[in-house]
Amino acid sequence: MPDQRTTLPAAELARTVVFAAFIAVLGLFPGFYLGGSGVPIVVQNIGPLLVGALLGAKRGTASVVLMLAVTAIGLPLLSGGRGGIASFIGPSGGFLIGWIASALVTGLVATRFARPGLPALLLATVAGLVADYVIGIPFLGFYTGDFGAAAVQSLVFLPGDAVKVVLAALIASVVHRALPTVVGRKG
Amino acid sequence: MTPLGLYEPGASPLHRAGAGWKLLGILALAIAAFVLRDPLWLGVLAAVAVLGYPIARIPSRRCLQSARTFGVLVVVVFALQWLLLGLDGAIVVGLRLVTALAAANLYTLTTRIVDVIGSVERGLGPLRRIGLRPERLGLLVGLTVQAVGTLAGIAGEVREAAKARDAGWSATAFAVPFLVRTLRHADELGEALAARGEGER
Repeated sequence: MPDQRTTLPAAELARTVVFAAFIAVLGLFPGFYLGGSGVPIVVQNIGPLLVGALLGAKRGTASVVLMLAVTAIGLPLLSGGRGGIASFIGPSGGFLIGWIASALVTGLVATRFARPGLPALLLATVAGLVADYVIGIPFLGFYTGDFGAAAVQSLVFLPGDAVKVVLAALIASVVHRALPTVVGRKG
Repeated sequence: MTPLGLYEPGASPLHRAGAGWKLLGILALAIAAFVLRDPLWLGVLAAVAVLGYPIARIPSRRCLQSARTFGVLVVVVFALQWLLLGLDGAIVVGLRLVTALAAANLYTLTTRIVDVIGSVERGLGPLRRIGLRPERLGLLVGLTVQAVGTLAGIAGEVREAAKARDAGWSATAFAVPFLVRTLRHADELGEALAARGEGER
């Protein structure tokens, strides 16, 4: 592993900021429908997985935290122009807060490998998605007063999320191959 | 996205109240909504939250917009709860949802982002003792908003390039160049910040 101190704090700050913005820009893409399920699949929650897989746990998590903080203070950066603290208080707020865990876990798993290839990245993104569910489902269950029902309700997102997990791993593996020295430093 | 974010300018008492106190008020309302189980009291709380909109003189256009955004959510959750837990449970959950969402959204509509940043910076002041610098929050927010604009432009260009190559919405044909250019932009911003002495601890 290269020495962490070779990167300047300014460069780290810039990456955190730019990738927070990256997740926000993913929210500009319209959602699409998968298999007529009626549940819109938004592109944005692929962001925490990608950021974790590309920047590692520390900076990836920092980016997600910054993006969520900027959203919480009232900028409409979530899919569909949503924002403000209402999005965090609502029933699906746990899945939003879970993005932090998502980036953290994806980053931790991805950086365990010196040169993360597709299988390693797939493992990392799956673990990241599970981390999001681990926070999101109990939150929803607390809201509705029924944990089992919350788990069943969340199943509708599974097909879309499965696609996103594979896409995130594919994209991250190509970027890692294109820029092996730039991304994925431990940190 | 407007430069004001979701803020709706106004001079009502709710607009003039301090951002920090308002936030505490909303937290109290949300906690009350979660603790209470009596539909009657929950109905009162929901009415209080909704009454805030005329008090803050939010234009009907913005009220409708909020109702559309959150109304769908409330209806879907209500229907699912009715199906899974019965009508009584659905009413309790529905009223909680209306209270929490209406109050939180009202906060966002009536509070300037600058004021939110100011009160968060003051609130996080004690964190200075463990080496964090809350006064940098404003800088971070500003840089992020600027980066959103830049990246949205880059995304448009990359999309055009992908179309020109007949790659359409192919995920890798779009995402990989977009990410590479995002990383490059991050490096440029890092150099600009370093040149201005930012990040010297």
